[in-house]
Amino acid sequence: MTVNGVQYTRDVEPRTLLVYFLREHLGLTGTHVGCDTSSCGACTVLLDGKAVKSCTVLAVQAEGANITTVEGLAKDGELHPIQQAFWDEHGLQCGFCTPGMMLAALDLLQRNPNPTDEEIRHALEGNLCRCTGYQHIVNAVKTAARLMRAAVGAPAGGA
Amino acid sequence: MAVTQVFGARVRRREDPRLIRGTATYTDDLALPGLCYAVFVRSPHAHARIRRVDASRARSAPGVLGVFTAQDLEGKVNAIPCGWQVPNCDLKTPPHPALAKDKVRYVGDAVAVVVAESRAQAYDAASLVEVEYEVLPAVVDMEDALRSSTLVHEDVPNNRVLLWSVKGGDFDAALREPGVRVVRQRLVNQRLIPNAMEPRAATAHYNPGSGELTLWVTSQNPHIARVILSGVLGFPEHKLRVIAPEVGGGFGSKIPVYPEEAVVAHLATRLARPVKWCESRRENYQATIHGRDHVTEAEMAVRPDGTVVGVRVRTLANFGAYLSTAAPAIPTILYGLVLSGPYRIPNIDCEVTGVFTNTTPTDAYRGAGRPEATYVLERMMDLAARELGMDPAEIRRKNLIPRDQFPYTVATGITYDSGDYARALDRALELVEYSKFRAEQAAARQQGRYLGIGLSTYVEICGAGPSKVVGSTGFAGGLWESAVVRFSPTGKVTVFTGTSPHGQGEETTFAQIVSQELGVPLDDVEVLHGDTDSILMGWGTYGSRTTPVGGTAVYLAAQKVKEKAQRIAAHQLEVSAEDLVFENGRFHVRGAPDRGMTIQEVALQAYLAWNLPEGMEPGLEGQANWDPSNFVFPFGTHACVVEVDPETGQVKILRYVAVDDCGRVINPLIVDGQVHGGIVQGVAQALWEFAKYDQAGNLLTGSMAEYAVPKAAWLPWFECHRTETPTPVNPLGVKGVGETGTIAATPCVVNAVLDALSPFGIRHVDMPLLPERVWRAIQQAKGGAA
Repeated sequence: MTVNGVQYTRDVEPRTLLVYFLREHLGLTGTHVGCDTSSCGACTVLLDGKAVKSCTVLAVQAEGANITTVEGLAKDGELHPIQQAFWDEHGLQCGFCTPGMMLAALDLLQRNPNPTDEEIRHALEGNLCRCTGYQHIVNAVKTAARLMRAAVGAPAGGA
Repeated sequence: MAVTQVFGARVRRREDPRLIRGTATYTDDLALPGLCYAVFVRSPHAHARIRRVDASRARSAPGVLGVFTAQDLEGKVNAIPCGWQVPNCDLKTPPHPALAKDKVRYVGDAVAVVVAESRAQAYDAASLVEVEYEVLPAVVDMEDALRSSTLVHEDVPNNRVLLWSVKGGDFDAALREPGVRVVRQRLVNQRLIPNAMEPRAATAHYNPGSGELTLWVTSQNPHIARVILSGVLGFPEHKLRVIAPEVGGGFGSKIPVYPEEAVVAHLATRLARPVKWCESRRENYQATIHGRDHVTEAEMAVRPDGTVVGVRVRTLANFGAYLSTAAPAIPTILYGLVLSGPYRIPNIDCEVTGVFTNTTPTDAYRGAGRPEATYVLERMMDLAARELGMDPAEIRRKNLIPRDQFPYTVATGITYDSGDYARALDRALELVEYSKFRAEQAAARQQGRYLGIGLSTYVEICGAGPSKVVGSTGFAGGLWESAVVRFSPTGKVTVFTGTSPHGQGEETTFAQIVSQELGVPLDDVEVLHGDTDSILMGWGTYGSRTTPVGGTAVYLAAQKVKEKAQRIAAHQLEVSAEDLVFENGRFHVRGAPDRGMTIQEVALQAYLAWNLPEGMEPGLEGQANWDPSNFVFPFGTHACVVEVDPETGQVKILRYVAVDDCGRVINPLIVDGQVHGGIVQGVAQALWEFAKYDQAGNLLTGSMAEYAVPKAAWLPWFECHRTETPTPVNPLGVKGVGETGTIAATPCVVNAVLDALSPFGIRHVDMPLLPERVWRAIQQAKGGAA
């Protein structure tokens, strides 16, 4: 599979979950595991451009797929607008949910470049944050939408 | 070099770049050569005798390095001690073995541990460990437990952990006052699961050559963990290093020292391999502490004019199956002593009975005792207002401690330093347009719509604290804090703190303090924490103490640096120190601004040591240990507007206004974030969250699929405002703000819902106010058969 633009070929046990493949085989530990019921969304990555919970995908199911993790968001050291917006708007505290939260938000913004507050809150229903109360996260997604609309033409999401 | 005002500025967080790039290192992210994995075998029964453990199949499974039971740890891993032995309450402290030996006492109690080459192999092998149990009856309900012949610990009669009381004044005498009315209510403060997004984890590495053992652990207080673990493991403290790397939230649940951490540390020495353990979320729900879980009979005595003359509470507090590290303090001193709230209540009588049950141990969860006390007080205030036909805002105003009466000693013996409670109340009423709302509410009722408004006026006691005081309450430590501010030769500053933030943002706020005091750019300051090797001592991050206590230590250390730098600058500029002015990071001679040097230039001179004042030691750093003279007392008023759908019982929050006073604000952005997060945890208790056991002690809300951690779509916008009353307790004038939201929000929302339901004559509904409960209450009130 291709992860953040780099192609990897590995032999894995059939039961290996994508999240553990990313974390333990590729060393990409930015994607986190926060639950065992696909509830929290900390493990969210983009699979062929769409947000998926990587704890619910087998690595073998992602064979040949194009994966974007949090480590693949910044380009040439420059933060992706979604990262910039989370920083600017204090959209994170402990940071554990943040990679998944940003990728879920990016999935939304790719489909809907100008979401309402309600659409943002609805789109993030699969991602839990225990620190922020979500208000600054919603602000961050709105800011990211603005930044991304302003930079139309720039590649979004790197996927 | 001009430095703008950084204290008080909305500075973006310095910790964020690593977090948003995915390059932060949480405990489970650590990769070490030769790392192997531990998985614990846990009891499926709430109460059972262990007849036999057969690990033979597990031992021969692929990749397994060892399987260990309590017998294997005998003499190597001691029982986990309780760190807060509250005096004068007959506290029972039965041993808490790291692995259950003869008996398991709750679902999730660890019986054995398996270590294997990979995580998957360890899980596989754990499922092969055969444990034969003799299942015993379980006690789950507190009232049952106190009467039951089933004992969680054989040597604790009636399952009673403690009987603690505090009395101020004479409640019974207050009752005899003519005209006094008494409002009574039974209040259930349900059990909650903290749900830090990062589960607990521990990774241990032992170097047999140096004899050093390093433990990376999801801890809010690595120094406390080191002290306790050195005792548990019989390991010399100076050879034990505990590191809290990036920690993904705690909310109290990462204060305790847990059995798994001790076992993992031991296994690293035993196997001479680095060992990692990371709990699953299901394990987190079973084996990481829970919070709250009180049942209270409350009485409030009130004069016809609304003056509250007394409060009496009888509270049962569920401790679960073992005493967690700080557990005895939570429903006692952090609860009972707080029962005066922001009010003048001359007679307070509080008695708390602690109970062991076959459930997960409880301990501090955000607010820890203070939300429970505030819930009792604020619910009773509303019930008293209703009894007297008074407005809830007016009864509060009548009883608030006036601003000119500080310092004020409440009936429970605590002295509040400062406050202006009425101002926060007035501001909240103005912002929420209270009078206008009452008119809208009346009009809405005509249309069959049920709107309600809730208030919560609170004071929080936090920033622990004077070590002498906490010592007298049985805490087995101090609660001062240490800091080092160190210039490097090139003028950069490293700050070390004994606090251990894990989302609260002190890498930024402490840098703001130092940048302001030393006049160096923010980017030249780095704040380090969470490593027992980096600083003298630290008592950790909890109880809203990090900034008032740890931040003050940082401030004082910066003062020491500045004083030394001034003496060096004076020497080199050939003037006396008193003739120097310090402005924007530069010393200059009074009246001769051209003659000067920056503090960063002084730093180089301090290290070169070519030309220092006679007898002065080289180097430029300051170290300070700050033990405050008192706690700090943030306060405020929250107001919430809800609509209840009488057909479904659904509650919708229409507005939420928070007015908080945390003294001087270092970073408004971060304070807002703390308040938002706090409010949501409080709202969630009011409306959604509860941990539920069945009679056999199975945790029915055993995963995130069953337990209602709130989602973005469920929540309203929060309107956050502040008043600013600096505390005289510390030179920064700052108070804690990490828990205010949680303390205020729960009763605020419940009061709003009960206000909405008042046309039905409904006095009270216990939390969480799920649609079903609200609907049933409405049906019952209507005389239906719900």
